[in-house]
Amino acid sequence: MDLLHNLALGFSTALNAQSLLYALIGCVLGTLIGVLPGLGPIATIAMLLPSIYALDATPALIMLSGIYYGAQYGGSTTAILINLPGESSSVVTAIDGYRMARQGRAGAALAAAGLGSFFAGCVGTVVIAAFAAPLTELAFQFGPAEYFSLMVLGLTGAVVLASGSLLKAIAMIVLGLVLGQVNTDVISGVPRYSFGIAELNDGIGFVAISMGVFGFAEIIVNLARPADHRTVFTKDVKGLWPTRQDFRDAFPAVLRGTALGSILGVLPGGGALLASFASYSLEKKSRGRADEVPFGEGNIRGVAGPESANNAGAQTSFIPMLTLGIPPNPVMALMIGAMTIKGIQPGPQVMTSNPELFWGLIASMWVGNLMLVILNLPLIGVWIRLLALPYRVLFPAIVGFCCLGLYTLNNSPFDVYLGALFGVLGYVFHKLNCEPAPLLLGFILGPMMEENLRRTLLLTNGEWQTFLTQPLSAAMLVAAALMVVFVMRPSLKQKRDIAFQDAP
Amino acid sequence: MKTATRSSTWTCNQREFWSGVLFTVIGAGFAAGALNYKLGKSAEPGPGYFPLGLGLILAALGIAVLLRSLSRGPSDKQGRIGKVAWRPLAVVVFAVLMFGFAMPRLGLIVTMPLLVFITSLAGDEFRWREAALTALVMTAASWLVFVVGLSMSLPVWPRLSGMGG
Repeated sequence: MDLLHNLALGFSTALNAQSLLYALIGCVLGTLIGVLPGLGPIATIAMLLPSIYALDATPALIMLSGIYYGAQYGGSTTAILINLPGESSSVVTAIDGYRMARQGRAGAALAAAGLGSFFAGCVGTVVIAAFAAPLTELAFQFGPAEYFSLMVLGLTGAVVLASGSLLKAIAMIVLGLVLGQVNTDVISGVPRYSFGIAELNDGIGFVAISMGVFGFAEIIVNLARPADHRTVFTKDVKGLWPTRQDFRDAFPAVLRGTALGSILGVLPGGGALLASFASYSLEKKSRGRADEVPFGEGNIRGVAGPESANNAGAQTSFIPMLTLGIPPNPVMALMIGAMTIKGIQPGPQVMTSNPELFWGLIASMWVGNLMLVILNLPLIGVWIRLLALPYRVLFPAIVGFCCLGLYTLNNSPFDVYLGALFGVLGYVFHKLNCEPAPLLLGFILGPMMEENLRRTLLLTNGEWQTFLTQPLSAAMLVAAALMVVFVMRPSLKQKRDIAFQDAP
Repeated sequence: MKTATRSSTWTCNQREFWSGVLFTVIGAGFAAGALNYKLGKSAEPGPGYFPLGLGLILAALGIAVLLRSLSRGPSDKQGRIGKVAWRPLAVVVFAVLMFGFAMPRLGLIVTMPLLVFITSLAGDEFRWREAALTALVMTAASWLVFVVGLSMSLPVWPRLSGMGG
């Protein structure tokens, strides 16, 4: 009964005019950036962070989460229509979706993606609502040692997910942790690595890093590539409704994708990307009807499964963020940043101290998913027209918004300069094949990890073995170690390399 | 000695090699910097405790990446750094720095169009009309959203000598 009561509270928050408006803005923005290549949810949310100073916490978070899951919908549109995944989580959708579009079945592919995502979004929302409360209970039992080990587990998850070399991914995380040390020490109050620059006493701006690395650097990388000539299958988008046979084929795939995505989303380091890759390989392995189209040549299951999985994963990745205050991916890290800006201490207490925010956000996800189906299916024509906008017009606008976002952070040029610096660094990372997402996670978790580590040591008189003698903490460290051993298995390592080679 | 000659003639994986150098230098730098702060002991860790450990770990990882790169053959095409996109890099970075410098002095009305024009030069194609239109739309949109909509106190107009206080 508690669940129903909580959901009722959530829906009463999510259905008021203000929440609906911001959910709509978030969904539209999310679809927009999902459709436009070169601008991901991380850069967009980072760009909008300063603007939420002017909003209340609940509508602000509703809008930001709308951007995140909206981008999952929008990303599939470009994947299907122009073989260019707008989001990394839509990479596998392009394989069969684009083939369907070329066969004149773009409508069916879009519908399978949209309806599958909607179904997955609904299930994901229920999963969050059902698991949030018990997990929060568990989180209250956590001491500093458990928190530290949990963060180690989360960071390990991020390493496992990163593409390319495992060693470099670990180094990028540690680099992020190191950059997080530029701040005023919480315990002694000593400013560290500030080089006498007053602005650095509060630490390097999280927004400056993400804008530099994901905004500016990405634009430089895109500009270095020759301009692509895309063919958009706009004329072929007719007959949106899939046939009865399509439904019969797609539905089991949607079910499997949703289940897989819901589980993988909760894992630290997980989320939409891993879920869509895993679902595609699952669909390839499971048998469909005898005379179905082979995979890679326009099989509807190859669209419905991964799209449902990435949306379910996007939803359930809110669970660790909401219940533990620990971000499983960079977007969730930004959400935590947004909460902190609004003066809400992230962690298990959010559910009791801000119940309208907590349940309102969950309910708004369902509302947002409904909006997205409407935005993406009947209004598909509007988004297709946007694809005609050339990149040479887009990128100056993106740079403009990023600069303005940085300037408005503190109404000072300092963050803009930092953003430029990290733009250069981001380009260096690209050239050196170092994936920047783990760095961002490490940067966010760094100060939290340090505090919990030092607290544990203080409480136990410097006994490092505490981390292994506390059962919960030990279990998490063992899980982290198992994850590393698991990905280092040669057979899996190969598969992982192949999976990530398909990514752009 | 063998490793040194190998690296200087680039028979190693360049990307891995320089990543290793980058991690090692940053890690060592932070570890050295941590010595300026009180380290404390494990029962009572000071402000330098965690950064010192992290810096050393990063430097160790960097050395591991570096050593591994030397064992990888030159046939590895993926390992080459390739051409650096100097023009987009320089133009975008300059434009962003310019934005930071000009905003407090010239205000949004001048800085935003300037940024759009300069940034547009980073691409292969530059079209006056498109750039002008983008500049106009961007300036109007940012003024409407940030100044009117969110009522932020941004510098909008250039600061003239007679006007400023």
